[in-house]
Amino acid sequence: MPEKIFEPWNDPDAKPLIQFKGVTKRFGDFTAIDNQTFDIYEREFFALLGPSGCGKTTMMRMLAGFEKPTEGTILLAGQDMAPIPPNKRAVNMMFQSYALFPHLSVWENIAFGLKRDGRPKDEIAARVSEMLKLTRLEKFAKRKPHQISGGQRQRVALARSLAKAPKLLLLDEPLGALDAKLRQATQFELMDIQEKTGTTFVIVTHDQEEAMTVASRVAVMDDGKIVQADTPARIYESPNSVYVADFIGDVTIIEGTARRSGDGYEISHTEGLPALYAVSDAQLSDGQRVFLAIRPEKVEITADKPENKRNALRGKIIDIAYLGNISTYHVALPSGQIVKAQTANTRRLSRRSFTWEDEVWLSWTDTAAVLLEH
Amino acid sequence: MRRAVLILVPYLWLLALFLVPFIIVLKISLSDIALAIPPYTPTLDLSEGWAGIKAFFGALDFENFWFLTTDDLYWKAYLSSVQIAIIATLLTLLVGYPIAYGMANAPDHWRPTLMLLVILPFWTSFLIRVYSWMGILSNEGYLNQFLLWTGLISEPLTILNTPIAVYIGIVYTYLPFMILPIYAALERMDGSLLEAAEDLGCSRLSAFWLVTIPLSRNGIIAGCFLVFIPTIGEFVIPSLLGGSQTLMIGKVLWEEFFNNRDWPVASAVAVILLLILIIPIILFQRNEQKNREADG
Repeated sequence: MPEKIFEPWNDPDAKPLIQFKGVTKRFGDFTAIDNQTFDIYEREFFALLGPSGCGKTTMMRMLAGFEKPTEGTILLAGQDMAPIPPNKRAVNMMFQSYALFPHLSVWENIAFGLKRDGRPKDEIAARVSEMLKLTRLEKFAKRKPHQISGGQRQRVALARSLAKAPKLLLLDEPLGALDAKLRQATQFELMDIQEKTGTTFVIVTHDQEEAMTVASRVAVMDDGKIVQADTPARIYESPNSVYVADFIGDVTIIEGTARRSGDGYEISHTEGLPALYAVSDAQLSDGQRVFLAIRPEKVEITADKPENKRNALRGKIIDIAYLGNISTYHVALPSGQIVKAQTANTRRLSRRSFTWEDEVWLSWTDTAAVLLEH
Repeated sequence: MRRAVLILVPYLWLLALFLVPFIIVLKISLSDIALAIPPYTPTLDLSEGWAGIKAFFGALDFENFWFLTTDDLYWKAYLSSVQIAIIATLLTLLVGYPIAYGMANAPDHWRPTLMLLVILPFWTSFLIRVYSWMGILSNEGYLNQFLLWTGLISEPLTILNTPIAVYIGIVYTYLPFMILPIYAALERMDGSLLEAAEDLGCSRLSAFWLVTIPLSRNGIIAGCFLVFIPTIGEFVIPSLLGGSQTLMIGKVLWEEFFNNRDWPVASAVAVILLLILIIPIILFQRNEQKNREADG
């Protein structure tokens, strides 16, 4: 029997764990969160992604109870959260600075929340050792936070916030302080722990790669609003706006006017050049201003004009970004527009086919590009 | 070599300003009282050579220290000094901690002003400030006048020349020494620690007990020592505000020295006082050392 795909957001019968209903948060004149309504489901790994100042941290602090919404309600398992103070919520948070208690050992840090609940001693001991095992910290139980490495501290913070088995775990830029290699390893560890414990995770991050790796759904935020919330694949392949397309990964945006043609639209962008073509279900009026978003890896780069391709443009290579496994070519069209094209470096560098100032042809299929209205 | 020179500077400083005076005081404490200038004997006479040095050391004895044990005034004064110092230190902590806490939680732009206000009293003479407390606390003083005017009391309170006045004086004088180290500890504290404690189930109050107090522990200890150590030997405050009722070793020392002109006994009192103080000073040093290690 094939495993059921986890996507409760497509199931009309699924009950969301968290519901934001028309939530607005203002600090004085400044609107941090602007009338947001969305759901987060149980066992989800939900990422709030956006640049600093977009309101993602405010969103999380409202869930933790450190901020109260100015308008609207937040429901946790159907219950209004507003009157419940942070210390009474079944929500725990992993802080960006980790906020480990420096005067307590690793063991005591993890036991801190359990002790506040007044649980029996042997139960606390059992739970703490379970957490130590989960985060592979058994050897460091007696150390103080300043006696362990950054990666270990991160795991202590995670163990401490998971110890009380919260319904919802909030992670505020949890991997920000780690170096790139460790961050990658930890991302997979986080997913693993999330799966094992079955806890709902909400992660705040400005790192799109991190959000894409760990999350079941990513909410891209801008200026106090969620612009798009969807699976990483859909966010990448079918962004709903130029903002999302540009924020996630690399993209070339070509501006033009649309005209209905077959399954999609013809887009005329520069006078004298043939119109581009993109398949799309968008409902556009003829002559409407549109944006064509093309991912660099979907653009083919050839020396000669490709046959049977409607989307083909001629240009000159002005820049090559060599990243080892791939190279990104920046190709300037006669109009000055830069189009990025990416190729895998399957050959050794010395045998590269193109170099600076080469005249090349760029082409892509009818379905490669996404047509966006704004 | 350069390092040795650098280390030498503070050691020479200590030698000249601490060890040498201490040896002189120790020597006087081993001498006998005499009607002379200086008022003790023997004095070292190097013109007589070895015989003179031998005679000099032969004349030194522990007589004065023995004398201190025969009169119960002295050990009572030591004990009462320690007692007053402990109570005064606790009172200063009780007053100082909330002030330091308030300063650490004040808006950023207020802090330099508040800091200045704490240090401001140092700009006037210590003696003048203690004298003005006499004006405030005496029977006809401002405090009694105010209380009589409000009708809270019908008879003036006797505060001056009682231990209460001494405590008021000590708390007032040494408060900055308590506030500053506690403030330094509280100011460094990461605010997210309190949020983390709350997030894990603490009420505001229990977060204060379980996180804020332990994290300001080093500041509390440093502040207590900075108040306790000088208070034990305090002389000006008990003699100006405490009257004859308050027995403190600093006052006894002063009287031996200036009223009785008994330099040898006064020196013996001072040497014992120093020995008593060495214990808390060593404890203080160890605490500081431990902090440095924890920070580094």
